[in-house]
Amino acid sequence: MNWLSRLTRPTVKKAATQKDIPNNYWDRCPDCGAMLFHAEIEKADFVCPYCDHHFRLPVLKRFEMLFDRGEFTLIQLPKVKEDPLKFADLEKYTDRLKKARKKTKHEDAIQVAHGHIGGHATVVGVFDFAFMGGSMGTAVGEAIITASQLALLQEAALILIPASGGARMQEGMLSLMQMARTTIAVKKLKTKRLPYITILSDPTMGGVTASFAMLGDVAFAEPGAAIGFAGKRVIEQIVREKLPANFQQASYLLDHGMIDQVVHRKDLKKALINILNLLHKQ
Amino acid sequence: MQYLDFEQQILEIDTRLADVNADVTRSDTEKKEETSRLIKKKEKTIESIYTNLTPWQKSAVARHENRPHTSDYINSIFQNFSILSGDRAFADDKAIIGGFAEFDGQTVMVIGHEKGHDTESRLAHNFGMAKPEGYRKAIRLMKLAEQFNVPVITLVDTAGAFPGMEGEERGQGQAIAASTEACLDLKVPLICCIIGEGGSGGAIALASGNKVLMLENSIYSVISPEGCASILWKDAKMASKAAEILNLTATDLLRLGIIDEVVPEPLGGAHRYPQETMGALASAIKKHLDSLKSHTPDELKTMRHDKFLAMTRLPEE
Repeated sequence: MNWLSRLTRPTVKKAATQKDIPNNYWDRCPDCGAMLFHAEIEKADFVCPYCDHHFRLPVLKRFEMLFDRGEFTLIQLPKVKEDPLKFADLEKYTDRLKKARKKTKHEDAIQVAHGHIGGHATVVGVFDFAFMGGSMGTAVGEAIITASQLALLQEAALILIPASGGARMQEGMLSLMQMARTTIAVKKLKTKRLPYITILSDPTMGGVTASFAMLGDVAFAEPGAAIGFAGKRVIEQIVREKLPANFQQASYLLDHGMIDQVVHRKDLKKALINILNLLHKQ
Repeated sequence: MQYLDFEQQILEIDTRLADVNADVTRSDTEKKEETSRLIKKKEKTIESIYTNLTPWQKSAVARHENRPHTSDYINSIFQNFSILSGDRAFADDKAIIGGFAEFDGQTVMVIGHEKGHDTESRLAHNFGMAKPEGYRKAIRLMKLAEQFNVPVITLVDTAGAFPGMEGEERGQGQAIAASTEACLDLKVPLICCIIGEGGSGGAIALASGNKVLMLENSIYSVISPEGCASILWKDAKMASKAAEILNLTATDLLRLGIIDEVVPEPLGGAHRYPQETMGALASAIKKHLDSLKSHTPDELKTMRHDKFLAMTRLPEE
């Protein structure tokens, strides 16, 4: 069986706006404390109009913002063995999965879509932090491999946008292996000179940082995004001294040479099109 | 010798053995008889304990302070070791040591985490918890091995990569990712051996090989049992339960298709029988090196990629 036959009947979404949240409720900006109408935040691409705080973006909204005319095709992701370790702590893993699926209406912590960005064929994988903290287990690993294979097939650029606490504990070592598997997946694009671009969003941590997320040919990050390997609290306990104010934030990584640009959400598409024009010859 | 809490019966027998030997009121024949009786008893006790180790007990064995470390292997199963230091960019991180050596009559590159054996050396080696420069040294050594077309053998023994400010500052995540990538892309044979603790990202950075071998009482896990317990149960005391469900033992990981071989340890563990354990690992490494000999550089890389890509995947219908 060809791997592509797993990508059965794609769904075309055009300007799909999520209307799950009533527009008349208030949100407080965690940075400046301003009280904002949800509708107001949504209109501003989930950026605080007063202080530029970047809120986490719903997955479909992200696709809509990046793809030309908001048109994209979600691909059906491969099935994986559910709950391979029969994991249960205070709650069964299968129950956690059920809850997360109900909450997010997605199968797992990543969605992959393809379409065009600035006219360039592009495959985009977006993490959903609302799904078990965007943690990477076998489903996420398999999705990234599929995204890479699709990009190779379409001679498309690959963009991955992590928002993840790291590896998914409930799949134990099977999760850890996704670090190696996703590393291979993104590596394959290099041989075909297809650009692999990362947009590190809030948060990008642990095993995700320590694998595909830090291997982009070009690495962007959203302002204020927490990006790092070890958790800040763990480090605080060890160093017992005050960490820099912007520790593990996008600007800190830029200062230390770990990423290429910190890009405001309103400029993101333009920046992507520019780099795609420079690197992705069609 | 440090006795683990489940080894108390062994400690009692060892104490009695010492007492018998020191007893001036007994004749040599008496002593001999009593000693041989106690030794038999000890063997039985060790057998009954060590054939039924729980995953949490195995975690303790894997971390035992007398368990042979990378430097012991280098001194014992490798010859003519020539240490290579530094990442050529920032520092020499002694949490990972490595260099050219001879193994079974051929030149190889050996790289491993070193935990140290006493307070001073543990501090010098940062308890085997590497910083970015450690992984960058490993990358440099792997590339050097490729340049000279010699196989790479890694010895994994770490609680994890060092969680600290300097590590984050210098790109701990990037260093681990790049080291994993270097493992995966090597065009020489890469055999990875988990000899003690395989702690998460800090371990996989040196363990993405053609063959991954695990000593029977070593562990390899996405998170430490204690870390898992404190996150999921908010109670570090649940670590033994966490060790069970994490499936972190060698036999679990062989069953799950994550590793290629379990290398048996003598009953009583590597800390009691270091030479025998190191010898068993050497034989396993030799066997796998021989099996990889006939492959071309590109095949070695492709085989490694295919192996990891097939892992954790549902069988095709």
